[in-house]
Amino acid sequence: MKRPQLERPALLEARDVTRLYGPGKGCEAIDFTLHAGEVLGIVGESGSGKSTLLRTLCGMEAPDAGRVLYHGHEGELDLYAIGEARRRALLRMEWGLVHQNPRDGLRLGVSAGANVGERLMALGQRHYGQLRAAGQDWMGRVELDPGRIDDAPQHFSGGMQQRLQIARTLVTRPRLVFMDEPTGGLDVSVQARLLDTLRTLVRELGLSVVLVTHDLAVARLLADRLLVMRRGRVVESGLTDQILDDPQHAYTQLLVSSVLTP
Amino acid sequence: MTAMNQPFLSVESLDKTFVLHGQDGLRLEVMRDLSLTLAPGECLVLAGRSGIGKSTLLKMLHGSYRVTGGRLRLHFEDGELDLADLPAHAWHQLRRDVIGYVSQFLRVVPRVPAVEVVMEPLLARGADAAEARGKAEALLARLNLPERLWSLPPGTFSGGEQQRVNIARGFIGEHPLLLLDEPTASLDAANRDVVVELIREAKARGTAMLGIFHDEDVRERVADRLLPLDRHMRARTRLPDTDPQETP
Amino acid sequence: MNGYNFAYLDEQTKRMIRRGLLKAVAIPGYQVPFGGREMPMPYGWGTGGMQLTASILGEDDVLKVIDQGADDTTNAVSIRAFFERVAGVETTTDTAAADVIQTRHRIPETPLSAGQVLVFQVPIPEPLRFIEPSEEETRVMHALEEYGVMHVKLYEDIARHGHIATTYAYPVKVDGRYVTDPSPIPKFDNPKLHMSDALMLFGAGREKRLYAIPPHTRVESLDFEDHPFEIQAWDAPCAMCGARDSFLDEVITDDAGGRMFVCSDTDYCQKCREEVA
Repeated sequence: MKRPQLERPALLEARDVTRLYGPGKGCEAIDFTLHAGEVLGIVGESGSGKSTLLRTLCGMEAPDAGRVLYHGHEGELDLYAIGEARRRALLRMEWGLVHQNPRDGLRLGVSAGANVGERLMALGQRHYGQLRAAGQDWMGRVELDPGRIDDAPQHFSGGMQQRLQIARTLVTRPRLVFMDEPTGGLDVSVQARLLDTLRTLVRELGLSVVLVTHDLAVARLLADRLLVMRRGRVVESGLTDQILDDPQHAYTQLLVSSVLTP
Repeated sequence: MTAMNQPFLSVESLDKTFVLHGQDGLRLEVMRDLSLTLAPGECLVLAGRSGIGKSTLLKMLHGSYRVTGGRLRLHFEDGELDLADLPAHAWHQLRRDVIGYVSQFLRVVPRVPAVEVVMEPLLARGADAAEARGKAEALLARLNLPERLWSLPPGTFSGGEQQRVNIARGFIGEHPLLLLDEPTASLDAANRDVVVELIREAKARGTAMLGIFHDEDVRERVADRLLPLDRHMRARTRLPDTDPQETP
Repeated sequence: MNGYNFAYLDEQTKRMIRRGLLKAVAIPGYQVPFGGREMPMPYGWGTGGMQLTASILGEDDVLKVIDQGADDTTNAVSIRAFFERVAGVETTTDTAAADVIQTRHRIPETPLSAGQVLVFQVPIPEPLRFIEPSEEETRVMHALEEYGVMHVKLYEDIARHGHIATTYAYPVKVDGRYVTDPSPIPKFDNPKLHMSDALMLFGAGREKRLYAIPPHTRVESLDFEDHPFEIQAWDAPCAMCGARDSFLDEVITDDAGGRMFVCSDTDYCQKCREEVA
């Protein structure tokens, strides 16, 4: 047997990224590489800076220092050195963002079909029949009833809204998806179903994901690798099961041992 | 595959120490100076008192535990790979293609039908879904899992049924190195026989296996060699139980 | 007339507006902010259009004012009287004879010719406003051509009604670049914007924005490949002049449900009847 080729190309790199609102508020000196096809979880308690880091990584907030590099179809891009136009185009075409609150990522007043179709329309898709077919297909993929394609999501449950947001984000087949507590506000049983849907989609679409969560059970199920954040800094990183089963840093040990297991 | 007499895995002077920061940096040395070699087609069984943490070695070989000291090497035709200093992301593919793991407990993925749990390692390699399903069903049938259970999520299965799903999932990938953590613990005699057969077939394929079997009968039937651990291991009784297979 | 500058506005204001108009002509469909003045009438009555008209009107120009196609409605009559009084210009109802036509909600049926200027009164100049309340954000959307959301609106129309139900203020793309609100004209008039010989100016008084479609500019109405843009059609011709090619208004004739359809463009209807006679 030949030695396996274990190196994967880098997709997203944070190079010494700092974004501080005040002392200890925000994130500081963050350095990591996300490889193609990886799900990277960023875990930590509230206030640890993980959401700030996510905003900085996904182009919504420029860092005070450091660089975010993306290796896309056009080669390496320095996210904050390119213009806003290209940055937003990237978010629209090659990236996706799933908000914790589906209300932030959906147009609640327009139909489910239009919500799913919007990113396609933004890319120039101009065939109503095809948009509608894509809408039905994607509602099916995220296990929503395609018969509800003309219903507005304001009448959907929280779990259904989150599924719709995921469909709306993935319909353009992004390479890289950022998720901020995607199962955050949901009931436990709804959470489990959604996690399973996400796992399947990640595998089928070969997605690379940056996932922010405070929930270690969610991280265990979805993430290949974890960064543990505390007070704006990464205190430990490694394989998900290594971090959770053999934590090295004092804080990670505390975090892991604080989880309630039924 | 390397020649049968050349080791595929070699472990040299392996040490493992847990440092418990929550207990004033208490150092628990659980493994000291463990060495072994394992050839393709060989099944090496870890022997020792129960409760001394035999699965620690398997977890280090699977990347779940960090290595404190020593070397863990895989020998390929064109070079070797030291597992002790691999970057984390390198493990994804290593686990997918090279190192398989059959744990004692099935980690329940909510809502996924048993047959898909078994198929997953093949799908992860991009295998054809119909082909993967065929192999998964054949394995479940061999392991006498009633067909009506195949399409149900294993969360509600009995311990023995879950274990068989887990074994099928572990064997389907035909990894060159397979780590077996008490795979027969909750099986009846007939199914233990099936597992013994599966292990023998894997040996014939050239799979290198490292296993823990508390069942003496199975151990004797599959083991080519025993590796006594008592001299190298110390129970980590003061550690909290953080077995991944038991947390949801 | 004493006490007023020619055409009511002072020369500095007119210059400021004309500079804005030059910019608007240079960037077809782009909304240019301008320092709108108070006019002696309330917002919503055409203050934006009037400021533009006042800024471009010359002493020799002939002015026509229409409201929903008619020369004889209150709004049209008042604005025409206003400019007769403050500019002393000649006015007309004859589309072909006018140099400047100020309009609310219609484009005349008679084809416009080179040298003519059509001034539209605009209530809401921002076509993206229905979905995005922030002016800062809509400007970025225009700058980056993020127009997917315009088709969301049309998609919703088809999903709900089976066809694109937007019938007026139907959004257009000007010169392949800016999505623009053509003011609340019926979509029947949209094709007249395309490659027009005349200059089209748009003024929004409350929002203090102006924009332009210069002559011979491409103007496309947004649509889907399988639901192409279509204009309204009527089963019967105009009940008064018999025209089959004009935009018809429904007129209720009695309390018993009687009604008829007549040209909304009164000048055109008149001309047709004269021709027949």
